[in-house]
Amino acid sequence: MASPMRIRAAAKDGVTEVRVLMSHVMETGQRKDSAGEVIPAHFITELTAKHNDKLVLSAEFGPSVSTNPYLAFKFKGGEKGDKITVSWVDNKGDSRTDEAQIA
Amino acid sequence: MKKLFIAVPLALCASVAVADELQAKVEEMMLSSFKANGIASLDRQKQDEIQQACSSPTPPDAATMQRLQAAEMAKIQWPADGNYTGGDWKEGQKIAASGRGLTWTDKTPNNNGGGCYNCHAMDPNEVSEGTIGPSLEGYAKLRGNGEEIVKYTWGKLWNSKAYHACSDMPRNGYGGILTEAQIRHVMAFLFDPASPVNQ
Amino acid sequence: MRKRIKAVAVCVGIALTAPASAQEELNFDAYREMLADGNPAELYEMEGEELWRTARGPNNATLEQCDLGLGAGVVAGAAAQLPRYFEDAGRVQDIETRLMYCMETLQGIPSKEIIDGKFLQGERAKLAALVAYVVTHSKGEKIAIDLSHPKVKEMYELGERTFYYRLGVMDFSCASCHSQDGKRIRATQLPNITTREGAAEGWGSWPAYRVSSSQFWTMQHRLWDCFRQQRAAEPIFGSDVIIALSTFMAGKGNGIEAKWPGVKR
Repeated sequence: MASPMRIRAAAKDGVTEVRVLMSHVMETGQRKDSAGEVIPAHFITELTAKHNDKLVLSAEFGPSVSTNPYLAFKFKGGEKGDKITVSWVDNKGDSRTDEAQIA
Repeated sequence: MKKLFIAVPLALCASVAVADELQAKVEEMMLSSFKANGIASLDRQKQDEIQQACSSPTPPDAATMQRLQAAEMAKIQWPADGNYTGGDWKEGQKIAASGRGLTWTDKTPNNNGGGCYNCHAMDPNEVSEGTIGPSLEGYAKLRGNGEEIVKYTWGKLWNSKAYHACSDMPRNGYGGILTEAQIRHVMAFLFDPASPVNQ
Repeated sequence: MRKRIKAVAVCVGIALTAPASAQEELNFDAYREMLADGNPAELYEMEGEELWRTARGPNNATLEQCDLGLGAGVVAGAAAQLPRYFEDAGRVQDIETRLMYCMETLQGIPSKEIIDGKFLQGERAKLAALVAYVVTHSKGEKIAIDLSHPKVKEMYELGERTFYYRLGVMDFSCASCHSQDGKRIRATQLPNITTREGAAEGWGSWPAYRVSSSQFWTMQHRLWDCFRQQRAAEPIFGSDVIIALSTFMAGKGNGIEAKWPGVKR
């Protein structure tokens, strides 16, 4: 099972900044282990972020993104106490959804 | 008055005794807190005379330093055929760049690196260079290749402690870090006019 | 004539090296700052917080009654005052040996499993996550270990001797690399641990997330790898030599803010 994300969101002057830290191996499929075997690719392919129920960000991820990715973005609007939901899906079909409130 | 006079030397004795006790504890700890792993045996935890003399913030007195240096000087192996610099500077360059070897994750004590760049600048084109030791850029261009400097450099590479008992530099030849052939390659890297060190 | 040549050489030398090194240092700082915002050490901290509260081990107990020196269950500020002497254990313990002690006494997880284990694996990896949790609650606190305690003081002195103790095939001690200001091994800057600021910089930035390897390293892990590079034999997890060096660094850095968990290249 995937580990939780850390999500922080803060609204200021009508703009909300969201910062997300994800726990994921982001294995490229290009590396070999000490026995010379290829380590199978395992990475996040898609990420979405919602403000309450409205989609504010949709992103395609790939093997070039680092282990334990960090993502920061801003969107217009958002009030203190509103719900931010971030979800990702990886190439093995694993997924994770976490929520935070705007501070 | 008399009492006070006696108290002083007593206090001095006590502090010396405590210091020795601490030293014994350190030596014991350096064995009991470690375990052998691969080629890194517990023998590595025992100090030789040089290591013992140079294990405090202040070096030993000048006479001790000279005595230690003379003993180390006698341990230097000079090339029997007088061939100091006839190595391949390209091999020397590889040895200088490699910091590998002799850790508990290394399998054998062969083909170690010299780790020169960890502390010294050498080829001016190499930017990732340490600063603990002096820069060796333009080594032979600045110093020439006279007998004295060539012999000194061989000796320094083989056993740095012969010139400064508490030098930070490893005793590459004496310690079995580099072979005689490897040292000759490093010598070529420093002295060969074609070597990037001298460009 | 000779003098003139020398002067030219010096100028060229400065022209070549000065901008490069200034730029390098700038980049390091900017890079660290950039990383600090999304320091993945937080992921370990989250895992550690959960582990602290989860009933585990043969005793099916949590660690919430673990006494880190400020009373049972008190986490805030505890890391800044470690290592310290613990009456119940009868020895000076750092954060890792103290957590290991709690895992054994409260949860029944044998310390042997951790001591004989490997970094980043099994119970030792879980211990590292707990370390992340505990240090985060001392972030920005001043290092404040109690050197007035005779046992802590003795550990400090043993640590100082260890710091200068040369050994092994390369004759290195900690001091070989960490006793001068502004030195580097290759491109890595080295703190001068013989100074108060340098000791605090070294002590107060571990545990840390290492970006290049995507791994979270505790101080014991850091020191273990220092000894490997020193070409020593392998230090035993939680052994006195590690506690002694930790006490020396922490004690030397007393009074300066700790920046843990750190983030490193």
